[in-house]
Amino acid sequence: MTNTIVVTDRLTKRYGDRLAVSDVSLTVRSGEVYGFLGPNGAGKTTTLRMLLGLVRPTSGTATILGHAPGETGATSRIGALVEGPGFYPYLSGRDNLRVMARYQGVSDRAADEALARVDLADRGGDAFKSYSLGMKQRLGVASALLGEPDLLVLDEPTNGLDPAGMADMRKLVVDLAKQGQTVLLSSHLLAEVQEICDRVGVIAHGRLLAESTVAELRGASTLLVRAHPVDLALSVSMRVAGDDAVQLIDDGVRLELPEERAPELARALVEAGADIHEIRPSERSLEDVFFEMTADHSDHSDPEENR
Amino acid sequence: MSTATMTSAPAARSGSVRSATGPLGGLVASTRAELLRLRKWPAVWVLATVWLLLNLTFAYLFNYIAYATGSSGFSNEGVPPDALLPDLLPAAIPSVLTGGMPMFGGAIMFILGALAAGSGFGWGTWKTVLTQRPRRLPAFGGTLAAVGVAVVGVVAATLVLDVATSTLIAVVEGQSIVWPALGPLAESAAGALLIFGMWAAAGVLVGVLTRSPALAVGLGLVWSLVVENLLRGVGNLLSGIEYVTDVLPGTAAGSLAGALGAGGAGDPDGAPGVLTVLDGGPAALLVAAYLVVFAAVAALLMRHRDVV
Repeated sequence: MTNTIVVTDRLTKRYGDRLAVSDVSLTVRSGEVYGFLGPNGAGKTTTLRMLLGLVRPTSGTATILGHAPGETGATSRIGALVEGPGFYPYLSGRDNLRVMARYQGVSDRAADEALARVDLADRGGDAFKSYSLGMKQRLGVASALLGEPDLLVLDEPTNGLDPAGMADMRKLVVDLAKQGQTVLLSSHLLAEVQEICDRVGVIAHGRLLAESTVAELRGASTLLVRAHPVDLALSVSMRVAGDDAVQLIDDGVRLELPEERAPELARALVEAGADIHEIRPSERSLEDVFFEMTADHSDHSDPEENR
Repeated sequence: MSTATMTSAPAARSGSVRSATGPLGGLVASTRAELLRLRKWPAVWVLATVWLLLNLTFAYLFNYIAYATGSSGFSNEGVPPDALLPDLLPAAIPSVLTGGMPMFGGAIMFILGALAAGSGFGWGTWKTVLTQRPRRLPAFGGTLAAVGVAVVGVVAATLVLDVATSTLIAVVEGQSIVWPALGPLAESAAGALLIFGMWAAAGVLVGVLTRSPALAVGLGLVWSLVVENLLRGVGNLLSGIEYVTDVLPGTAAGSLAGALGAGGAGDPDGAPGVLTVLDGGPAALLVAAYLVVFAAVAALLMRHRDVV
């Protein structure tokens, strides 16, 4: 329990015939920013709702800081923003936070601090219903920060924000992470996760497809070679890197070969009589990995649209 | 965004910093939170004001005008104007207090309960609240308690208004001021609390059931203002149905008000919703039972249901 904040074991939620979440077993460690990555409708929010005790799992278990979801031991140490901010429209931002502070059992001062933390102090007196989407979202984060939780659960915190708002939100998460805050962040934006997360869980159609560090998911760095004739380049590459480590792609050959062996490859290509146009290290983006991973699962429906 | 206000290091942020206070602590915290947001909710003040104006108008204003002008009073046709005055004086408060409560006041309290519990589903505030510290039952108990405080406040305000108005009338009409005996006054206030509490709890229950304040308010008004009256009408024609209609919430509340004398001396069934179907004791027990059952069922629903 010292090192893991969240553990789920084959967490499953079924709505009638539809399996929203199926056998999700994930682990969030202390101090990390965990990215929960998947297309809309993949089951991210349902999983988070189960972790927060809002939704009962059909089967499987979840443990948060050693407690079952919804127990005071868990809820008092989690701050959450799930599927958009939910506040009283007629109250000001500050009063909304004060209401939640009372539920949480912390002082009004903590509410003011949280308001300042998300740059809403000067608009704190305005009614929540007059806020822009970005401000509402920030108030949601402020509410999640009340009581200095051990775990911050943010469900698509950049949803609906303009680019500046998204950048602000990312910076906030990065700042929090720097201070050692554990964050569980769901997103359908790969770039976002790639930028700020230590580890990611990839979910699609309710199933956790992979869970590892961003670096691991992206795999070892590869070398990209463009040379003529392509047949010759391919055979030389296979000789140098091994048959399984070479892949023919649109404009050349991709080798799973460390960068240090690029000169060796170049020599071999030249000796074999190939014309080299380009040799460069290339890293797969998380996006490539993601689409590779979800390709097998996307035959039922298009993962980008749903919900 | 500034980082200046974030002070504590993660190591110091263990849950043991804030000691567990148990369900009672959770209930107190939730009640404080709900009181804050109900107190600042204009809708609550609008409902309370509407009730107080209704009460003032129907219990005092119309009857006083009828008395002063010598015409027939509201729902008191055939009653000679002079017979109206005693009901307008302080001594009559115990019987007047609950007159408008079984039907009109009850409907307003139903709306209060339905809004307080039902709005949170659409706004997503239940979701936010239930991810705070208290567990579900104490968290929901806070809403029940806060609505209860609102009901107590409204009954107290009604009492104050009635005292002030009847005293004013007594002074204007040159009548000697005779205060009601404390016993009947306390009985009447308790009856008022039961009636309003029951309707507010019914509103909370329907708000939780429908998860929609609009639907809950609509259903509640149709029930309390229309359906029960129709059923009672049918009950008069078809034997057997009265076994059901005699124990409906509205019948119980109306009978409680009737037993407290709300119908007026000459015409016990005079005020709308005030009945004499049940005796005071059984009616009070039945209203209290409804109150408890409504609140308990709502709490159980909140405890067990997924919040989406």
